Amino acid sequence: MARKAAAAKSPAKKETTSKSGSNAPEFSKDEELEAFREMLLVRRFEEKAGQLYGMGLIGGFCHLYIGQEAVVTGITMASRKGEDAQITGYRDHGHMLVMGLDPKGVMAELTGRQGGLSKGKGGSMHMFSNEHRFYGGNGIVGAQVSLGTGLAFAAKYRGEDTVSLTYFGDGAANQGQVYESFNMAKLWSLPVVYVIENNQYAMGTSVARSAATTDLSQRGRSFDIPGEQVDGMDVRQVRDAAERAIEHARSGKGPYILEMLTYRYRGHSMSDPAKYRSKDEVTSMRSERDPIEQVRKRILENDYASEDDLKEIEKEVRAIVTEAADFATNDPEPEASELYTDILQ
Amino acid sequence: MPTDILMPALSPTMEEGTLSKWLVKEGDKVGPGDVLAEIETDKATMEVEAVDEGTIGKIFVAEGTEGVKVNTPIAALIGEDEDPAEVPEPEIGPDEPKESEKPGADEEVAAKSQPTTKSVDAPAAPQFKPADDPDIPDDVEMVTTTVREALRDAMAEEMRADGDVFVMGEEVAEYQGAYKVTQGLLQEFGAERVIDTPITEHGFAGLGVGAAFAGLKPIVEFMTWNFGMQAIDQIINSAAKQLYMSGGQVKAPIVFRGPNGAAARVGAQHSQDYSAWYSHVPGLIVIAPYTAADAKGLLKAAIRNPNPVIFLENEILYGSSGDVPKMDDFVLPIGKARVARKGKDVTIVSYSIGMRYATQATEKLVAAGVDVELIDLRTLRPMDIDTVVESVKKTGRCVTVEEGWPQGSIGSEISARLMEKAFDYLDAPVTRVTGKDVPMPYAANLEKLALPNVDEVIAAVNAVTYRS
Repeated sequence: MARKAAAAKSPAKKETTSKSGSNAPEFSKDEELEAFREMLLVRRFEEKAGQLYGMGLIGGFCHLYIGQEAVVTGITMASRKGEDAQITGYRDHGHMLVMGLDPKGVMAELTGRQGGLSKGKGGSMHMFSNEHRFYGGNGIVGAQVSLGTGLAFAAKYRGEDTVSLTYFGDGAANQGQVYESFNMAKLWSLPVVYVIENNQYAMGTSVARSAATTDLSQRGRSFDIPGEQVDGMDVRQVRDAAERAIEHARSGKGPYILEMLTYRYRGHSMSDPAKYRSKDEVTSMRSERDPIEQVRKRILENDYASEDDLKEIEKEVRAIVTEAADFATNDPEPEASELYTDILQ
Repeated sequence: MPTDILMPALSPTMEEGTLSKWLVKEGDKVGPGDVLAEIETDKATMEVEAVDEGTIGKIFVAEGTEGVKVNTPIAALIGEDEDPAEVPEPEIGPDEPKESEKPGADEEVAAKSQPTTKSVDAPAAPQFKPADDPDIPDDVEMVTTTVREALRDAMAEEMRADGDVFVMGEEVAEYQGAYKVTQGLLQEFGAERVIDTPITEHGFAGLGVGAAFAGLKPIVEFMTWNFGMQAIDQIINSAAKQLYMSGGQVKAPIVFRGPNGAAARVGAQHSQDYSAWYSHVPGLIVIAPYTAADAKGLLKAAIRNPNPVIFLENEILYGSSGDVPKMDDFVLPIGKARVARKGKDVTIVSYSIGMRYATQATEKLVAAGVDVELIDLRTLRPMDIDTVVESVKKTGRCVTVEEGWPQGSIGSEISARLMEKAFDYLDAPVTRVTGKDVPMPYAANLEKLALPNVDEVIAAVNAVTYRS
């Protein structure tokens, strides 16, 4: 049975009461607006990517982040942007946008153009930025967990107080190297936060059908790594938990696991028939738990901004996305001479 | 301006589909993410979602229509002030070819947004030009050193010179190395830089690659390369491809090293030669030295190299000794073969422990009057094929010697390259001496039969020189 209600049962650790009556850590006006804008950028960008895919401008695999926006937004808000490293799997567009990578470069990589972040040689699953400390964009499920543990190793080796934010999905949580990494991370007290984005389906297989124990936050128990489940649809809960986890890792206490209970609205990739879940399940998630709508509602209730102000933000975001799509459509493909470059340095 | 809603492609291979159901009707207001229609392909039923806000002004393709080509306008979205009656019919009907597909269509217009599909000749692969070996001054003292010590010295020197270099692997620190290659490193550099790992090759190889992404220069020791197969995904997918798929941004300066190939009587799972496997992969450098001096000079070069390097040692060679020049900084060029003996009758090409069979065979052949040219490749990728070709132009004959399996072997590669680059110079077929095409047997007699030997090399040379 799919855990439809999973997101609802997440524990709220720091309990404060906001105007809207929920028990969640409160965001300031600026934080709410920042979260709204970041998540909206991801949502609109991904919708546009889906459209460009439909037009044949994006090829191959394209895994959209729609529905999961609160996870990367909340984590990044709790991190030191540009200092803490982030690494994830193939569903990576949202991470890059929220980390501040150029939307034009991301979209142009999706369309395989020379102005893409990887010069068109990586594609949807392979984009990186040394400057922003984003290490991909990794296509092999679970491989990023060992790599992210290595990023944490490097921080400790050099005596830096940066943290590695290593994301993976509920599917990757069953890969062997995840536990090899947990073991070393705890053994050597590496500053890594493992963020499990549990969107409940590994491609088409639900957690319940693939995991012997479904509370993935407890997967570090045999290594004595603390973990908690978090409502990954509520950006406030995400940031709150991430602050705890990052502080734990940064202060030398070793790894921490956050299981983000989230949901992807779209298929696993563009060519996913989505026969493994009901339409009602998707619809109820979208209408009741949407991460962006939650923020929008609070902003309006708290008078942080008016409908018109939010429309203005929508307009700005749409302009960024349109500009990215135009660039990605008109930018030339890489020169043929690029075929043999960047193989060895 | 009305915006056309196009028939989307929902998979990389979809060309057309059936518009099975409209979930909206003309006049409906829609927003981003709203499901507009369902389409059926050969794979599945899928949903078409709105990307923009607006009103459905006109539906062009009725539900139930089959064979709707991708990118055909299926409906038009209009803004608040627009009149649905004024929506023009799409210029291209569902059954007509797209403008860009019509003969004589202006290619530039079509090419503006769609990726090119016309074939362009691939550019020529760049030629790798290795540097020459450094000059060793005549007055330099030569020190008899084992391969084991040479490898250790190389690591120690590079670790002294660069704080970013560290060693990790199973039993590398307190145990002093399963084969004692890392002996003394823990005492000199401490546990922060000489790191015992759990038995977890996949995990620590990936951890090493991640550390390399962050700028460190790890030396990852596999107790043997047989165990490195657990980590081959991280080596190839994460390390070798990283520079390319990041468009040149993210490097993986890492050395994977350890003993490769057969030891003695350790059976099938512990006796495999991975030379050909790794030499297949663009983005890797693959080194397999034979002498102590090459082991030292090339390992130092590998550690300094900004690319992932596969360094294939050999357990049986660890204890063999050779002269190593006593210099402050003895570094050899990667990708440069060593001509171990000059000759004019036949070329023998080998590397690593294959050189032992080849050297012994050469001694006997020379004594029998065959003037052998013996080449030690040292680096398998990039391969110094020019040195081999130049030699074969002179000798007209080539025998390759290696311990690996024959199919897709290093010898197979050399043979193919000689066909391409020196066909007219060959006076006999290029002949491979390899390990036999079997998993390594345990029984002493069978193991001996499975490995190449000196007599086989001599027989091959006799065959290509028509002396038998």
